[in-house]
Amino acid sequence: MSGRWHRAFLPLLLSLMPCSLLAQVTSDRLLHSSGEPQSWLTYSGDYSSHRYSALQQISPANVKDLELKWVFQAQSLEKFESTPLVADGVMYATQAPDDVVALDPKTGRAFWVYHYAPSADAKPCCGRVNRGVAILGDTLFMATIDAHLIAIDAKNGHPVWNVKVADAAAGYAMTLAPLVIKDKVLVGVAGGEYGIRGFIAAYEAKTGTQAWKFYTIPGPGEPGHETWNGDSWTHGGASVWVTGSYDPELNLTYWGIGNPGPDFNNAQREGDNLYSDSIVALDPDTGALKWHFQFTPNDPHDYDAVQVPVLIDTNWSGTPRKLLLSANRNGFFYVLDRSTGKFLLGKPFAKVNWASGLDEETGRPILTPQPPGTPTFPGVQGATNFYSPSYSPRTGLFYLSTWQDYANIFEGGPPIEYREGQRFGGGIVNSPFPNAPGVSRRGPVNVYTDAAGRGALIAIDPHTGKKKWSFDMFDVDTSGILTTASDVLFTGGREGYFQAFDANSGALLWKVNLGGDMNSGPMSYLADGKQYVLIAAGNSLFAFALRK
Amino acid sequence: MQSHLAAKRSGASITQRRLLACLAALAALALLLPSARAQVPGQYAPADIAFGSQIFATQCTPCHGANGDSVAGVNFRAGQFRVPVTSDFDLRTIITTGVAGTAMPPFVFDTAELTEIIAYLRNMSTFDARGVTMGDAGRGQELFEGKGDCASCHRVNGKGPRVAPDLSDVGSTRTADLLERTLLDPTAAMLPMNRSVRAVTRDGKVITGRRLNEDTYTVELIDEHENLVSLEKSSLREYTVSKTSPMPSYKDTLSEKERADVLAYLFSLKGSK
Repeated sequence: MSGRWHRAFLPLLLSLMPCSLLAQVTSDRLLHSSGEPQSWLTYSGDYSSHRYSALQQISPANVKDLELKWVFQAQSLEKFESTPLVADGVMYATQAPDDVVALDPKTGRAFWVYHYAPSADAKPCCGRVNRGVAILGDTLFMATIDAHLIAIDAKNGHPVWNVKVADAAAGYAMTLAPLVIKDKVLVGVAGGEYGIRGFIAAYEAKTGTQAWKFYTIPGPGEPGHETWNGDSWTHGGASVWVTGSYDPELNLTYWGIGNPGPDFNNAQREGDNLYSDSIVALDPDTGALKWHFQFTPNDPHDYDAVQVPVLIDTNWSGTPRKLLLSANRNGFFYVLDRSTGKFLLGKPFAKVNWASGLDEETGRPILTPQPPGTPTFPGVQGATNFYSPSYSPRTGLFYLSTWQDYANIFEGGPPIEYREGQRFGGGIVNSPFPNAPGVSRRGPVNVYTDAAGRGALIAIDPHTGKKKWSFDMFDVDTSGILTTASDVLFTGGREGYFQAFDANSGALLWKVNLGGDMNSGPMSYLADGKQYVLIAAGNSLFAFALRK
Repeated sequence: MQSHLAAKRSGASITQRRLLACLAALAALALLLPSARAQVPGQYAPADIAFGSQIFATQCTPCHGANGDSVAGVNFRAGQFRVPVTSDFDLRTIITTGVAGTAMPPFVFDTAELTEIIAYLRNMSTFDARGVTMGDAGRGQELFEGKGDCASCHRVNGKGPRVAPDLSDVGSTRTADLLERTLLDPTAAMLPMNRSVRAVTRDGKVITGRRLNEDTYTVELIDEHENLVSLEKSSLREYTVSKTSPMPSYKDTLSEKERADVLAYLFSLKGSK
């Protein structure tokens, strides 16, 4: 091929090539991801974790004209909790346990598949879940169920580096989508039911070298260590299994921390058990702790605080303020000042009887332990959980999926001995209802009904903590939520419906039965000028766009 | 012929002993899974515990001993396990999958047996080995089809109507205690999904039947004519769910001995494998 041919045709070739072969997802693009709504560059859509799309093609008026454009059937029958990314014309999804698939977002056809076989030592508590990848440059980053972090070439699916983050045999796992901040990849470890000592760690994106590590349980000499008795801190859980958020102005990254262990024997770990069930604000360059806020001190109910922290800037009592919103598994909705961690507001959004309320100044729960053998609301799966919430800057409302009127009977039991790599739950969790819903997927027949609890999609006004509207579901609801600039809210549920609502009123606009439970959040992107909305249901990805 | 569990501890297989020993009674048998009962602390059914002791005696004592403390680090009566156990589900998993790296093998039990073993393991320290009276399965079948009038609603092995739940495998999916309770108080024992529903369409058509499934937008049922019907709730003018079972209580209409016979019959219904 002559040089002259090259000079003549290269510009033409480049213009015809997909932009994916040219573009790089820089950290600057990640900072301004909300400005390119054609893409979906992080797990929650942007660093503020609004799970909000500025696209408006699909509106309340035409959403009924959505039609299925393609389906990607995963080669896995395990839980599908992944939110795909879309960058420069390519979709990157994960299928359980730890495969990455690059797809054409217009057709669902695959460019490549990267298969990773996790170690048999992996012992996840609740399924071999993978919630997605992160991207920087032309590299993808995947956290695996056997606690490895793997960098993958986004163009061909070949691994670039693979580092062991923690010991799977000791009960460590990773299920979250990593979060890239600047030149680092941040991950956290699951394993709260196996007596791990949780941590968040940052790795250099280029090399996989660990940059810092923040233990979510303070060690001897560190502030907060005194909140654990004896050696309980060494295996106190405090896992990190859902992706955090980032405020570039404050240069703070916010992560929700999981339950203390043993889960139900809180007498065995006297004290508040910091930083379990807390939000921590860290310097993403060093891992230094700026502040923390604990939702559930000395938790006996497995009320992880891993829910995605949602960051908003708004007037609070007449003054512009940088806020953090969190609807917690413990049943309370919280508003914090994300500069300082100061508690501003807390209101229940579901039936709660483990606490009568929150201290107005500190936000600390006013405990009301229930008598032995009686139900505690919410139950062990919480009033909400890992299901991504959404915030619409247009409506000013915070949206989340909840479990209402749902309880368990908790029995702490005697102290249990920690054994590395073995379950470290302690106690017994029982249901006051027949066959109550749990973490497991359910078959097509609902055998427990609303007698054991029900789902509700709710919209909360962050300024008051009060519900603006609620849409009741028959089954409990495990889906994340997407809102758009046209005030359409998309969500799924365990019943298999993919649904669109008016984000202002909660009115149902459209629904389709996809036949599989939904455990991840919908996302949206643009391909060839057409807006798509996508959700994982059952074992497949479903992409919809307007008929014309 | 009545017999006591204590008398059944030697000899025939578990299933055979059950068939010989089966108590009495019938049920509305709303799809209540036995595990649900065993999930309530302190409320494990005495009959489940009793049956569990039978299984334990034959299946588990070779390694664990009669007192459940023969394996180092394991003492069932004290609730001590080598593998941490948080829930009954954990126990179920251990029993069915075994414990890697130890001599504990995986066991194959049906749902009812698993529930009974777990009930026993959870209650070894207080188990009083009370006798559970079992009836005669043959007489129970006669009562089921005759005096009890059970067969006018329930179907067994391809015979009978489908209006009420099919009982062909009820002996595998229900525990003795649940069956006994269902005979005495069918409403309390009925799974909510099996409740009777009444729907009125916009054009005034009334549909009644037994609920099979429900979600936010639809309800699926079998109507009184054994038609499978799916209804869009948005098309209904009225939709009500009855919390009362249409099955009568047999507390007064069958004697204790007769209920034991019916229960024995029901327990013999294992379905086709």
